[in-house]
Amino acid sequence: MEKRVTFKGLWLPLLLIAPQIVITAVFFFYPAGQAIWQSLFIPDPFGLSMQWVGLGNFEYLFSDRFYRASFVTTAIFSILVTLVSMGVALYLAVLADRLIKGSGAYRTLLIWPYAVAPAVAGVLWLFMFNTRVGVVTWYLGLLGYDWNHVLNEGEAMGLVVVASAWGRISYNFLFFLAGLQAIPKSVIEAAAIDGARFWTRFRTIVWPLLSPTTFFLLVVNIIYAFFETFGVIHTITSGGPQQATTILVYKVYADGFVGQDLGSSAAQSVVLLVIVSLLTVVQFKYIERRVHY
Amino acid sequence: MKNLTSMLAATAVLGSAQAGLAATEVEFWHAFTGRLGELVAEQVDTFNASQSDYKIVQTHKGNYSETLNAGIAAFRAGEQPHILMVFEVGTATMMAAGGAIKPVFEVMGDGFDQSKYIGSVKGYYTSPDGNMLSLPFNSSTPVLWVNRDKLQEAGIDPDTPMATWEQVGGVLDGLKAAGVDCPMTTAWQSWIHLENFSAYHDTPFATKDNGFAGTDTELAFNSPAQVAHIGAMGQWAKDGKFIYAGRRNEGGANFRAGECALFTESSAGYAGINAEAEFEFEVRPLPYWEAVASEPQNTIIGGASLWVMEGHEDAEYAGVAAFMDFLSSAEIQAKWHQDTGYLPITAEAGEKTKMMGFYDENPGTDVAVIQMTAKEPTANSKGLRLGSFDQIRGIIDEELEAVWSGDKDAQAALDSAVERGNALLRRFEQATR
Repeated sequence: MEKRVTFKGLWLPLLLIAPQIVITAVFFFYPAGQAIWQSLFIPDPFGLSMQWVGLGNFEYLFSDRFYRASFVTTAIFSILVTLVSMGVALYLAVLADRLIKGSGAYRTLLIWPYAVAPAVAGVLWLFMFNTRVGVVTWYLGLLGYDWNHVLNEGEAMGLVVVASAWGRISYNFLFFLAGLQAIPKSVIEAAAIDGARFWTRFRTIVWPLLSPTTFFLLVVNIIYAFFETFGVIHTITSGGPQQATTILVYKVYADGFVGQDLGSSAAQSVVLLVIVSLLTVVQFKYIERRVHY
Repeated sequence: MKNLTSMLAATAVLGSAQAGLAATEVEFWHAFTGRLGELVAEQVDTFNASQSDYKIVQTHKGNYSETLNAGIAAFRAGEQPHILMVFEVGTATMMAAGGAIKPVFEVMGDGFDQSKYIGSVKGYYTSPDGNMLSLPFNSSTPVLWVNRDKLQEAGIDPDTPMATWEQVGGVLDGLKAAGVDCPMTTAWQSWIHLENFSAYHDTPFATKDNGFAGTDTELAFNSPAQVAHIGAMGQWAKDGKFIYAGRRNEGGANFRAGECALFTESSAGYAGINAEAEFEFEVRPLPYWEAVASEPQNTIIGGASLWVMEGHEDAEYAGVAAFMDFLSSAEIQAKWHQDTGYLPITAEAGEKTKMMGFYDENPGTDVAVIQMTAKEPTANSKGLRLGSFDQIRGIIDEELEAVWSGDKDAQAALDSAVERGNALLRRFEQATR
């Protein structure tokens, strides 16, 4: 039997959830409503006039092949950022979990990059891979590899993925480590006594028990890759070369702040809103079923 | 009694201090930091100290793009400054905002002599009937920077003529043959190799007089002249004679470090190159294609101008006019021109600089001035007035990158840039109708 605290009457529960409702309304529903409203107009930059175009902004967007291509770019970018940042973080967490001596120091050092703002992280990586003075570029040159992310699309994508994933590794590491340490040692020891090697133990015990953490990180990392990587892309490639690293969020910025085309920018925000809602629904409906709490 | 006197004196001092505070304040938002920011602050301080009626309050609002967006957001909130610095590519956006701006010639009043401003500088910012809409502030034009030591090392006479791209092509062959890693690089590729290229060869960049005659303009830079130039540059890129460093002025670092022999960059690069270059450098006029034009037309400017925003008191506009008059004075302009390498906005300031012997002491600093003013501007070389132009430049950057990497040929890339840019021009036309 489940035990629940219930309130009598209507006013007290309403009062208790009111702050949350107000915050959501002011900071989410109102701006989102504004974006939807604005996406139906073509305004001039100074707000002197607005023209009703209905779904004209959306028609304009989806007839643009570069906008459609941006979906693919965004998908590739987000999947790569999520895989790299979670994969490396899991590997490091598994190693750190087995440490007996000096684990505190390792953990502290691994958490540091999280404190670096995305734009600054972008600049750091840009310096290392600068085509002229970058340290990494220089070493690659010694190995006979001519690094030039300014013109090579694959290299540009690789660089923004690494720069975006880097700071994220720390965050994921923290969660994975906490998840690993929450797994009862007795289960693992029992398996070890039964003769299960490390890899078998990891596959059959650790990974399933870690799945709530993995699922949570999957959701937040994809959302991170979608929305918070703007600074990295802006500092490293500005969406180039050609359109190789123009993800959807970067295009919202380019149209809204460089082109002062607020109608198109608002329409793109609405598209993003829909994508994130869909992604979240899919993740909770299908992937969560495979998660063992 | 003595106390009373000192109290009176104190009151008098306070009173005058208040009179000082009561000076009409004029807000000025600009996009300059570092050395340029200091020089702007110095101009403002000089003006404030020179009179007591007005006080200019200067504020740095980020880079060009951020400053424009700050101005737009402030206008929407009814908090706009009196003077807003807007880069040249934002000109069409500002012009279309009729209810948001007050044309400079109106602010300046009846006694305003517009003829003292240099035609090819002010031309970018004048209405079709010849009235100045904004005050040119910092203007520069592209020139060819030469590392003379590098040419010498490669066994090429540093004085070899490089007036035409045909001659430059020969020099690049020589540099490559001598094993120079970076024979040539550039900054601001769209501005120099398409916008200025078109004006310099008296070829339209866009229809309707480059947009001056209406917002129903269409891009036209995919004509044979531009295709030939971009095609030649693409071939040089393929042969390793032209090294692409980035969309802005990233190539400047390569040139200043002495790696590149030739560099096409703004004349305003003077201060930086002069400070950092540990080699003998020289400023040459921007080359032209002899095959396209028998002699070059004028180049066009880049930079920013000052726009006056609508919605303030008459007394404040009088302060704006006084400040703009001050900025246009020969003394202030000559100092600005010499300190920064930007072009003078009045002919008088250029004359004054010449009289002071500045051009003799700093050879090459007058190349840009001569290049801009040698000929009366034509409809193709007055400037560009295209909506969403900052974003169109982004499209051009993308398409040119496709040429430099060998993914597209010049014709395909420029056709695509024109088609994509036209879509933005139609959006702009619709938004400002």
